[in-house]
Amino acid sequence: MSFELDDGSKIGIIGGGPAGSMFAYFLLTFAERMEMELDVDIYEPRDFSQLAPGGCNMCGGIVSESLIQYLATEGINIPDNVVQRGIDSYELHTEEMDARIETPLQEMRIAAIHRGGGPRDTKEVKWSSFDGFLLELAHEMGARAIPKRVSKVGWDDGKPQIIFKEESFTYDLLVGAVGVNSAGWKLFDQLGFGYRKPETVKTYITELNLGYDTITELFGSSMHVFLTNIPRVDFAAVIPKGEFATVAMLGDNIDQEMIDTFFKCAPVRSCFPEDWEPSPGICHCSPKISMKEVPVPYTDRVVLVGDCGASRLYKDGIGAAYRTAKAAALTVVFQSVSKEAFKKYYMPAYKRITFDNRIGLLIFAAIHLIHKVTPLTRGTLKMVIQEQSLPGNRRRMSILMWNLFTGSAPYREVAIRSLDPRFWLKFIWFSATSLRAPKKIER
Amino acid sequence: MKPLAIRKGALGKEYADQEIICRQGEPGNCMYVIQSGDVVVLREEDGVEVAVGELGTGDVVGEMAIFEKQPRSATVRSKGRSRIMTLDKRAFLRRVHEDPSLAYKIMQKLSGTIRRLNEELEQLKRNQEY
Repeated sequence: MSFELDDGSKIGIIGGGPAGSMFAYFLLTFAERMEMELDVDIYEPRDFSQLAPGGCNMCGGIVSESLIQYLATEGINIPDNVVQRGIDSYELHTEEMDARIETPLQEMRIAAIHRGGGPRDTKEVKWSSFDGFLLELAHEMGARAIPKRVSKVGWDDGKPQIIFKEESFTYDLLVGAVGVNSAGWKLFDQLGFGYRKPETVKTYITELNLGYDTITELFGSSMHVFLTNIPRVDFAAVIPKGEFATVAMLGDNIDQEMIDTFFKCAPVRSCFPEDWEPSPGICHCSPKISMKEVPVPYTDRVVLVGDCGASRLYKDGIGAAYRTAKAAALTVVFQSVSKEAFKKYYMPAYKRITFDNRIGLLIFAAIHLIHKVTPLTRGTLKMVIQEQSLPGNRRRMSILMWNLFTGSAPYREVAIRSLDPRFWLKFIWFSATSLRAPKKIER
Repeated sequence: MKPLAIRKGALGKEYADQEIICRQGEPGNCMYVIQSGDVVVLREEDGVEVAVGELGTGDVVGEMAIFEKQPRSATVRSKGRSRIMTLDKRAFLRRVHEDPSLAYKIMQKLSGTIRRLNEELEQLKRNQEY
């Protein structure tokens, strides 16, 4: 039995989020280049045009600067009715001061999007779903979207099978793109190749219904990142979108007490009008994010892409979905669907993400340390503020922070940049001159 | 004339009618993707501008700067209002090193340009013969 795909080969994809849709899109694009006709089914029970939770895949909703550029180069331009707001800058908020990081080009290259039709209390639907846009792209390339939830899989004479009560479908390749927030991972446990769920932590997301003009006035086109002293919160962010601002909190299993403390803390209060009582929105969720990858995300005729395999630590999950989906599609079209092919051609891209996450863990440990030593935190922000008048390539701390918080560059690049002695000299200087607390809070 | 969907807050940077996006002779370290609107590609010779092409939404322009260490071969000017996004040379080349297939669309475009130039050259030669 050949492991190479050919005209008429059948591919089943479980999950029509970014990983599943991008896999289908690239698979069919590469097959077209090879003049090969494939039969592709995407099983996705959600209707992404629905308001949350019916159409939402629970995420902060940021498409990183690097991913925007890669997709544009691939010929995928995210339409205006999906991009709720272009982001061109970041504002860092700490207990003592704020700093703004602008892109040297002053160009909007980060997209704030909603994964589904919008939050629960959306009054008028003005923007379209990002996941819906990608699924439509896959559909335009020839994939068939099947609005069914898969609850059973098995093997049929060496080929994977999707089993429903009334009928079963056998595939030459089965792709798992089930994320980490559904029970979909259990399906791959049923296939008996040793798959186990990735390690996850609970985050928190809420949508504040403030209206377009108020959001523009309060947050502009900047993403606001908060480094607070709240225990177990790594960082939090307010992402301005269309009618809503998304609040995302990352840390060690975020609970209600941490959420309440966050909304009351000074840096957050300073972003809202005095008479407005910041409180969680009607639409909120506690999605899990992947913290550690699955060691072996494949077997013969089965491969996992996106979060249910590996994702980037803390950010750019959609970017990781793009990388894994494309690497898997390249493997199956130009090589084969055997486990040897996945090991040789898919795993290098997968391991680049997982190795990078190890570096990311070290960087976040360093950030925690800096955050605990107040002069170092002050030094960091003062250096960022001073750098804004310098040419782009001399904004060493700003570039580092930009890449760290936007997810635009791999963590290894952040680490390499931090090895520059000129960076350290300046950082030490700014920290040493920040031993005394500022006379007033600089906001 | 088709209406332009220029919306504040969308991706890229807005250019006014006739505004120059990149200029012939200048060093180039990026290419551009047209998010919305149209641009004209112009060659300037002895102070005379000749329009050599017109591009619209979704098209990529200035890609030769990614592969050559040569100054920009043409000027690109906005025709009406447009919104353009910059694609960094370094970010692109780093990613191409990991995933060479990323360059496929650009190779396809360059191949199309060579085909079009061959046809125009053939036409010019035929005209000379007559």
